[in-house]
Amino acid sequence: MGNRCAVIGVGQTHYTTRRRDVSMAGLVREAALRALEDAGLTFADIDAVVVGKAPDLFEGVMMPEAYLADALGAAGKPMMRVHTAGSVGGSTALVGASLVQGGVHDRVLVVAYEKQSESNATWALTTHLPFTSSLVVGAGGYFAPHIREYMRRSGAPDHIGTLVAVKDRLNALKNPYAHLRIPGIDRAMVESTPMLWEPIRYLETCPSSDGACAVVLSSERAVTGTPAWVHGGAMRSEPIFRAGRDTVSPQAGIDCAADVYRQAGVTDPRRDLDVAEVYVPFSWYEPMWLENLGFCGVNEGWKLTEAGATALDGDIPWNASGGVLSSNPIGASGLIRFAEAALQVRGMAGDHQVEGARKALGHAYGGGAQFFAMWIVGAEKP
Amino acid sequence: MPSEPNHVLEFPGGYTRSTGPVIGRFLTELRAGRIVGVRTAARTVLVPPLEYDPATGEPTLPDFVEVGPAGTVHEWTWVEEPRKNHPLDRPFAWALIRLDGADTSLVHAVDAPVKAMRTGLRVWPRWRPDRVGSITDLECFVPEVTTIVANVRTEYTVTPGAALARYLDALRRDVFLAGRCPACESVYVPYRLSCPQCGSVIEEELEVGPSGTVTTFAINNLPDPRAPQVPFVSAYILLDGADTPIIALLSEIPAAQVAEGMRVRAVFEGGTVKWFAPEREA
Amino acid sequence: MRPVAVAAFAQTTHTGHDSGLSEPELILPVIRAVREQSGLTEFGFTCSGSCDYLAGAPFSFVSALDALGAWPPIQESHVEMDAAFALYEAWVRLQHGDVDSALVYGFGKSSMGDLREIMTLQLDPYYLAPLGLDQLSYAGLQRSAVRGDFPAIARRSWESAQTNPYALKLPEPVETAPITDGAAAIVLVAGDLLQERTNLAHITGIAHRIDPHYPGMRDLTRSASAAAAATAAGVGKGPVDVAELHVQFAHEEIVLAEALGLPAGTLINPSGGPLAANPVMATGLIRIGEAASRVMDGTAARAVAHATSGPCLQHNLVAVLSRES
Repeated sequence: MGNRCAVIGVGQTHYTTRRRDVSMAGLVREAALRALEDAGLTFADIDAVVVGKAPDLFEGVMMPEAYLADALGAAGKPMMRVHTAGSVGGSTALVGASLVQGGVHDRVLVVAYEKQSESNATWALTTHLPFTSSLVVGAGGYFAPHIREYMRRSGAPDHIGTLVAVKDRLNALKNPYAHLRIPGIDRAMVESTPMLWEPIRYLETCPSSDGACAVVLSSERAVTGTPAWVHGGAMRSEPIFRAGRDTVSPQAGIDCAADVYRQAGVTDPRRDLDVAEVYVPFSWYEPMWLENLGFCGVNEGWKLTEAGATALDGDIPWNASGGVLSSNPIGASGLIRFAEAALQVRGMAGDHQVEGARKALGHAYGGGAQFFAMWIVGAEKP
Repeated sequence: MPSEPNHVLEFPGGYTRSTGPVIGRFLTELRAGRIVGVRTAARTVLVPPLEYDPATGEPTLPDFVEVGPAGTVHEWTWVEEPRKNHPLDRPFAWALIRLDGADTSLVHAVDAPVKAMRTGLRVWPRWRPDRVGSITDLECFVPEVTTIVANVRTEYTVTPGAALARYLDALRRDVFLAGRCPACESVYVPYRLSCPQCGSVIEEELEVGPSGTVTTFAINNLPDPRAPQVPFVSAYILLDGADTPIIALLSEIPAAQVAEGMRVRAVFEGGTVKWFAPEREA
Repeated sequence: MRPVAVAAFAQTTHTGHDSGLSEPELILPVIRAVREQSGLTEFGFTCSGSCDYLAGAPFSFVSALDALGAWPPIQESHVEMDAAFALYEAWVRLQHGDVDSALVYGFGKSSMGDLREIMTLQLDPYYLAPLGLDQLSYAGLQRSAVRGDFPAIARRSWESAQTNPYALKLPEPVETAPITDGAAAIVLVAGDLLQERTNLAHITGIAHRIDPHYPGMRDLTRSASAAAAATAAGVGKGPVDVAELHVQFAHEEIVLAEALGLPAGTLINPSGGPLAANPVMATGLIRIGEAASRVMDGTAARAVAHATSGPCLQHNLVAVLSRES
C-alpha cells in the first residue's frame, strides 16, 4: 500500500447527452477546476497529472493528453495517460494514488472524461476488423447473454432488473450532476420500454454521456480540507478467452475484491461498508456484482435487490448517486464511482448522502468483464 | 409570370452609381473586410452609415467607427424558396442584425437552418473572397462556430495473424480448427498459438464441431448489417470437442424458441460459417 | 526511493513489413524470453503500452493479455503511451513495497496503416489535426529550427546498427526512423528479488515531464521538458558512458543531447537507435532495455535512456541505469 493517500478534492461536470458549449479541453478543465476549488488549491499546487479515458476512437483524438497538457496545467510536470477499457476511470484513480503511495509526489490531479457526442459509442466499440466475425453489437449485445446466464443460474425473477433501473434513477433525482433525471420513474415506465438486447430493456441500459470527473489526491503531509483516506486499492485482469471462464462472476472480480477488503480490514462487506458505488451499466449487473463482490452468497444477489437492501434507505445503499445507469461518460464512469465513494465518506454527497457513511467502496470494470479496479475510502485515517 | 419573359429592360453594362463620401467609405471598408458605422450628433452609431441622421435630418458626423464583425439577430423572416437575385440559392433568413457597437440594425441574409433561427442569435459575416466594394461583399451572416466536423479516417492493411490465418484456411474447407494446450489440455477454438490460461505454446491442432450446444444467447432487436433480420439471435455455442464457446448468429428458428442447451450445427456457405441452425433429428 | 533494477530485457527481431503475426503473437516470444532470463513466471505487477489507432481498433491491449497466460488473474494496467511510460508506472508501483517484480511490455505494427498520418491524430484537434499536418511535416518544422550535422547522425546510427541483430537491415543511412513492426519486454525487480541477484541494471533515477502542446508556442531548438526530466533523474550526477535516445528524426538527437547535458564522450545509440528500428509504442521501452543491456554486459558503468511522446519531443522521459545501486 505504501504511504497514506487521501482524496482532498472532487470535481464533476454535469453529465448530459451533448456538451455543445465547451471544447474537449474545456470539459476536462471544468471538472479539474472544481476539484481544485474543493481542495482549496490551484494548478500550481499540483505535482503531476494523470488522465484516463476509454478508446481514443470516441473523439478521434489519439493520445489526447498531449493536447490537454496545457488545459490541465501540466506543462513542466509529469503526465500519464491510462486506458484499461471501461475500468479506466478506476484504474486512473489507482495510478494517481500510486504516485502518492509510492512517495513520488504529494499532490496529484486525476482527470477522466469522455465526450461521446463527438461520435457514437456503438460505432466506436464495434469497429469490425477484417477476418474477425464476432457478432457483438455494442456493449449491450456483449453483456446480454451473460445476464441471461445469470438469470438461469440464480432463478431470479424477471422484474429484478427493473427494480434496479427504477432505484438508480430515483437516486439520480437527488444528484444534480446526473444525466438521466426522469421524474415519475417507476416499474411500469421501465417495463413499457422495448427490449434492445433481450433480456435488456431500453431503460435498463446506461445512457451515453458527455462529462468529466476529477479528483485531487494528496499525501498525508499535504492534506487540505476534508480528506477521504484511501484504505485500499486493487486491480485485477484476466484473459477473455480462457477455457471455462466464468463470465457471470469473473474470478478477477472476486480476487480484486478480496485484495481490497484485506487491505481495508473488511471481512463482511455488507456489514463493514456503509455505501458502495459499483459499475452497473445494465441493471442486472447489480445482483451479479452483489455476489461477485461477496455482499451475499452465490445466487442470492437478486434477493438483496428485491428486499430493498441496496436502496438509499437500505442497509447497504448501492449507487446513491444514480450510478452508471444514470450517467455514463464511459472513460469517466469508473472515476465517478471512486469520487462518489469519497464524497460519501467526506459527508459531501448532498441530497444523496448516506447518513453517517464512514467507509465506502468504489468499483469499476471493463472489457469483457475482465478488468477490475476498486478502492475503499474511509473517513478515518487508516 | 407563367413562362419565359418576352420583354426585358436591362441597361447594358449596368448603371454606374456614384456613392458620395459616406457610402463610399462604407463600401471601401467592406472591400477591406471591415464594417464601419457613422456617428450622429446624438452620438448614436448608424450601420449602415447614412449621410443624414434619419432622426433630425442633419448631416452625420465625419466620424466613422468600426463595428461588429459579429452581431445579434433581431427580427428575421424565413425564405423557403429563394429567388434568382437572392444572395443565397438555398433556404435562408433575412434578418435585422444589430452589429456589436451599432445602434441600428443592418439588413442582411443569414445562412442557417430554420431550427437555429431565433431572435438573439449571434451571427458573424461570411465574406466573399473576391470583394469589389458592394454590400454583397458580405455574402451573408452565419451563426457562431460551435461545432466542427472532423473527418478522421485512417486506413489499414490488416492481416489475420498466424493462428487466425490457419483457422480461416480450415474454415474454407468447412472445418473448425482448434488447438489443445499441452499443459492444461484445454481445447481452444479458434485455433491459437498460446494458452490464455497458462501461456503455454500450443502446437497440437484438432478439428471440433461442426455441431455444438448453445450455452447462452441474446435476442437482438437492433438491426445489424451482418444479420438477415430483426430480431436475430447471437448465441454462445460450445462446439463438440471444444472448451471455449464461440459467438455466432443462430438462425432457421424463431428467436422465441431458442433455449440454452439447444443442439445446433454450423451451416457453411462460401468458405465461411453462414450461421448456426438447430440440429435436425436423425 | 526503493531500489529497483532491470533484470531482463527482450525484443523481437524487428521487421519493416507485416510478418504475418498478430500483436499477441508478436509479444509471445519476448514474454517467454524475459521469463526465462529472469527465472520468474509470475509478476507482482504487469503494465503495457500500446495504441489503438496504430492497431486500427479499440482495446488493442485486451487480446495481448491473452498472450501472457494471465491466470490466476493478475495485477495489471495499461497506458495508451509508449511502454517506457508503462515502465515508469511499474517503477512507481514497486515503490509501494508490497510487490517485488514487474513485467512491462509494448508492441506496435506500424506496417498496418500510414504512420505519418496516424500521428496527425495526436495533434490539437481544432487547429492542427484539421490541417492534415503529418508526422514528417511537424518534424520538418522542428528540423528547420535546429542546426547540426544530421547526415553524420544518420551515418553513425546506421553503422552502429550493423552489429544489432534486432535492427532492420537498411541499405543506407536514414534521417527518419523507418516503419517497423515489433515488440519488447522488460522485467523489473525490487526487494528480496533484487538482493539475491547480481547481474542487474539499477534504475538510480527516472522522471518525465511534458511541455505545452502547440509547436508554435515552444522554442523548438530546445526541450525544456527533457532537461527538467534529466535533472530530476540525476543525469548530471555522474559520467554517462552510453545514452539510448528516442530519436525518430536525426535532428532530435542534437536537441536531446543538449537538453540531457550529455558529456562529450557519451556513446549515443550504440544499438543504432530508432533510426535503425522503430516499433512504435515499444521504441522508448527498447531504449531502456538497450541501455540496461550495456550496463548488464559491462560495456557501460552508467547509462542514460530516453523516451518521448507527442509532437516535436513534447513529452520526455529520462532514466539513469547503473551497475551500482
